[in-house]
Amino acid sequence: MNAVTQRWIEVGPLADIPPQGARVVRTPAGCIAVFRTATDEVFALNDRCPHKGGPLSEGIVHGASVTCPLHSWVFDLNSGAAQGADVGQVATYPAHVRDGVVYLGLAP
Amino acid sequence: MAKKLVVIGAGMASGRMLENLGPDWQVTLFNAEPRGNYNRLMLSPVLSGEKTYAEIITHDADWYGAQRIDTRFGETVTKIDRNARVVVSAGGETPYDALVIATGSAPFIIPVPGHKLPGVVTYRDLEDTNTMIAASRPGARAVVIGGGLLGLEAAAGMAARGAEVTVIHLMGHLMERQLDPSAGYLLQKDLERRGIRVHCKGATKAILGNDRVEAVLLEDGTVYPADLVCMAVGIRPETRLANDCGLEVARGVVVNDQMQTSDPAVFALGECVEHDSQLFGLVAPLYDQAKVLAAVLNGETGRFQPVQTATKLKVTGVDLFSAGDFAEAPGREDIVFRDPGRGIYKRLILEGERLIGAVLYGDTADGSWFFDLIKTGKDVSDMRDTLIFGPAFAAGGTKADPLAAVAALPPEAEICGCNGVCKGKIEAAVQGGALTLDAVRAQTKASASCGTCTGLVEKVMALTLGDGFAANANPAMCKCTDHTHEDVRRMIKAGGLKSIPAVMQELGWKTVGGCASCRPALNYYLLADWPLDYRDDRQSRFVNERNHANIQKDGTYSVVPRMWGGVTTPDELRAIADAADKFNVPMVKVTGGQRIDLLGVKKEDLPAMWSDLNAAGMVSGHAYSKGLRTVKTCVGSEFCRFGTQDSTGLGIKLEKLLWGSWTPAKVKLGVSGCPRNCAEATCKDIGVICVDSGYQISVAGAAGMEVKETELLMTVATEAEALEIIAAFTQLYRENARYLHRIYKWVAKVGLDWCKDQMADLTTRRALYDRFLQSQSVYQTDPWAELAERPADWAPMKTISLEAAE
Ligand code: SRM
Ligand SMILES: Cc1cc2nc3c(=O)[nH]c(=O)nc-3n(C[C@H](O)[C@H](O)[C@H](O)COP(=O)(O)OP(=O)(O)OC[C@H]3O[C@@H](n4cnc5c(N)ncnc54)[C@H](O)[C@@H]3O)c2cc1C
Ligand code: SF4
Ligand code: FES
Repeated sequence: MNAVTQRWIEVGPLADIPPQGARVVRTPAGCIAVFRTATDEVFALNDRCPHKGGPLSEGIVHGASVTCPLHSWVFDLNSGAAQGADVGQVATYPAHVRDGVVYLGLAP
Repeated sequence: MAKKLVVIGAGMASGRMLENLGPDWQVTLFNAEPRGNYNRLMLSPVLSGEKTYAEIITHDADWYGAQRIDTRFGETVTKIDRNARVVVSAGGETPYDALVIATGSAPFIIPVPGHKLPGVVTYRDLEDTNTMIAASRPGARAVVIGGGLLGLEAAAGMAARGAEVTVIHLMGHLMERQLDPSAGYLLQKDLERRGIRVHCKGATKAILGNDRVEAVLLEDGTVYPADLVCMAVGIRPETRLANDCGLEVARGVVVNDQMQTSDPAVFALGECVEHDSQLFGLVAPLYDQAKVLAAVLNGETGRFQPVQTATKLKVTGVDLFSAGDFAEAPGREDIVFRDPGRGIYKRLILEGERLIGAVLYGDTADGSWFFDLIKTGKDVSDMRDTLIFGPAFAAGGTKADPLAAVAALPPEAEICGCNGVCKGKIEAAVQGGALTLDAVRAQTKASASCGTCTGLVEKVMALTLGDGFAANANPAMCKCTDHTHEDVRRMIKAGGLKSIPAVMQELGWKTVGGCASCRPALNYYLLADWPLDYRDDRQSRFVNERNHANIQKDGTYSVVPRMWGGVTTPDELRAIADAADKFNVPMVKVTGGQRIDLLGVKKEDLPAMWSDLNAAGMVSGHAYSKGLRTVKTCVGSEFCRFGTQDSTGLGIKLEKLLWGSWTPAKVKLGVSGCPRNCAEATCKDIGVICVDSGYQISVAGAAGMEVKETELLMTVATEAEALEIIAAFTQLYRENARYLHRIYKWVAKVGLDWCKDQMADLTTRRALYDRFLQSQSVYQTDPWAELAERPADWAPMKTISLEAAE
């Protein structure tokens, strides 16, 4: 049993993502933004803001949040949920770092 | 007959294991170092001269004798033969019934050119320590690569012996694995106070020298002369023996809960092991492993379960503590306490009702209490409000009411340290009619210098005025702080604050790392005030300035090359046309700023397009920046029948003087050749109208969300004066305005007369002009040229194709 629920895909060295920044991973299903916080946590979210499609990877990263570059909605990197008065949800993906390399969990 | 136990490595872990081992074993102990067990942690006090080697020996010849341990010090094991159950060393083969691998870690060496030169050491054993001691003569220069725990202990030790030490650290702040940026900033300040130079964000490119080290060269071109280089960039488990004999090795030698490797007769412990995907670098869990392994070998039961570890830095006089998890995650909350005056920073990380992490700097007295709360996972909800004040409050139950604390102060208590103003004097001023903070500042000087006491002064006012007190009407910068933009700017200058963490700590930021609103503002204030010291923080910039292009609604970008004064050439136009063709630009548009915009460019095409435009002699037009945008001109006296002066030429000179400078908000200029004003100069931030007698410089116009005509600043006779005054005025704006205020908003606050006075005073004007040029010496560079060289940064990190995803 124990069906495989996701595959870990190596996306590159953590050093390639600036702290408090993000890089994009292009997939057939659309771009995924991989964020790195000041404390070297990584998070992966769809790179499309639910408001009007802004590229979240270009937002300012503060704490574990990102502010969309187009109209400043703020999203929690963990849950993908919009913060404050805005209502919206971004899909998230599992991501982790091992030996300085970032891995992304995608559905098989 | 006793069973034979062979132990490879006489380190911290195996030493503790041997202490707990029963008498059934006949032990042979190998050590590559020519000595037995000593307290490796204490090498740092040996380095600094606070202890001698003799004082840190943990097991001496008598002890080994009493245990009847056969010691083979200075003898490296070179091979394990698991079939024959022997280990091989220079002394031949030694048989075992059970084997313990306790080989510790090997320091990691960055393989930069020159890393093998004599004078390059690591920091692991007594030999390294003695080399550093010998090299640390007063006046000698040492460079430590790596600003983690080990590197900083090495640096402090050598500095204590009189060496001139520089620490080079790759990351943005020291000890980033244990500390957040605020604590890292305080640590750096403490080390600098001891004369240690710290260079963060420094990547080592090469170690220079002929026969031995002479200097260290960084990627950014900095060179630090060095008589000794200590590399302390990390460790990796010493697994070579285990690897060679085919044991299961991941990053470390893989062991189970009984410290047993994939071969039941072979055990491993210490830094060389990997347990449950985890490696170990501090002794506390190693001691637990040692006890478990001793129990297992004694035939008892034991099970290793890793515990949380806490970090302290062993540098006398530096108080630092970190434990648990301080990463950002959902449902986690921070409690932050800062006491800028005493250099104290405390941060607790809560998850639900539990404390899960703590970072303390400057006052670590409560460290063990917090650590205990973390380890036990106790529910802390009922003491949450006062948790950060430690066990004293938790026990007493007294609520920390800040107002009550101020009320309790006697009238002679000092409130403003800078100006020596006591509580009574502020109360008197308020009773005498000073009802606003500004009035109190004017009358008493309280909070008028560094400003960190502003909160206290306001509390005294609130207590004196009761309900009549209305807090400072000027709103705070953002939710992260109570200070206004103006106060922050003033305090950055007064306090000599030169980094974002420094500002956040010294001004008592209420959040850990700021927000999307304060970070860009702080980044601007710092680079404007300290052009030579501060390094721009790209990640604190809005997308357009980070990517040097305007983001569009669909995520593409627009590219606007500079067209000096709105003048172009056939060659430039051809290059623009070529770029438009090559990169399939959907729209080419003439902007309202007299230049051409290529709209709809894909991010990954930007570097190549920039380099094509660069090749044709064009640079970024900064159409995206809080900085100089355009200088619009008209054709002027060169062509126009009414032109009085060369307005086109002056416009080009102005643009060449001002381009590349960062300003609080965008700055646009216009130069018209006569009062007919074809360049619309009288609605710009700064406008020049040429007249027969010279140049009318006017400022503070607007033609965006508000429309406003400029007001005359000065009329001058020569072009040279016009250039100097405009640059000096721009600098006045750069140094004083709040972030995002255009010139017209700022002038409305400070008054045009004040600006005129500054410009009329020749000394002031000249000093402003000089500071402007100094800043330009750093910032007037073409970002395109720099960034076009790193195309990989602009492309996706990875493209996962369909096949790969199937
Ligand atoms: C390209 C251009 C329009 C055009 O096609 O001509 C333009 C385009 C934008 N303007 Fe503008 N402005 C352009 C000339 C102007 C002018 C006319 C001028 O410069 O003479 C004005 C009025 C003068 C002024 O600046 O006050 C102007 C007043 C604004 C404002 C209002 C500023 C204000 O303080 O009131 C904004 C909004 C802002 O900056 O916050 C703005 C913001 C913008 C932004 C950057 C919106 C944004 O933040 O994304 C637009 C980018 C569009 C894009 O997708 O690339 N743009 N904008 C012009 C570029 C000029 C250049 O060569 O650099
Ligand atoms: C300067 C310094 C300061 C430190 N400060 C702290 C601190 O404050 N707190 C903390 O918790 N930790 C600290 N540490 C880390 C701590 O010292 C280590 O975690 C601990 O020493 C690891 O113990 P170990 O037994 O696994 O390895 P080690 O103590 O390194 O012992 C391994 C031994 O095995 C020997 N060896 C290796 N290969 C062979 C071979 N093939 N044959 C024979 N012998 C071999 C080595 O020579 C070495 O003597 C510090 C480390 C250093 C260097
Ligand atoms: S006026 Fe400026 S900001 Fe508004 S849509 Fe046009 S270009 Fe964009
Ligand atoms: S597209 Fe993200 S906030 Fe509008």
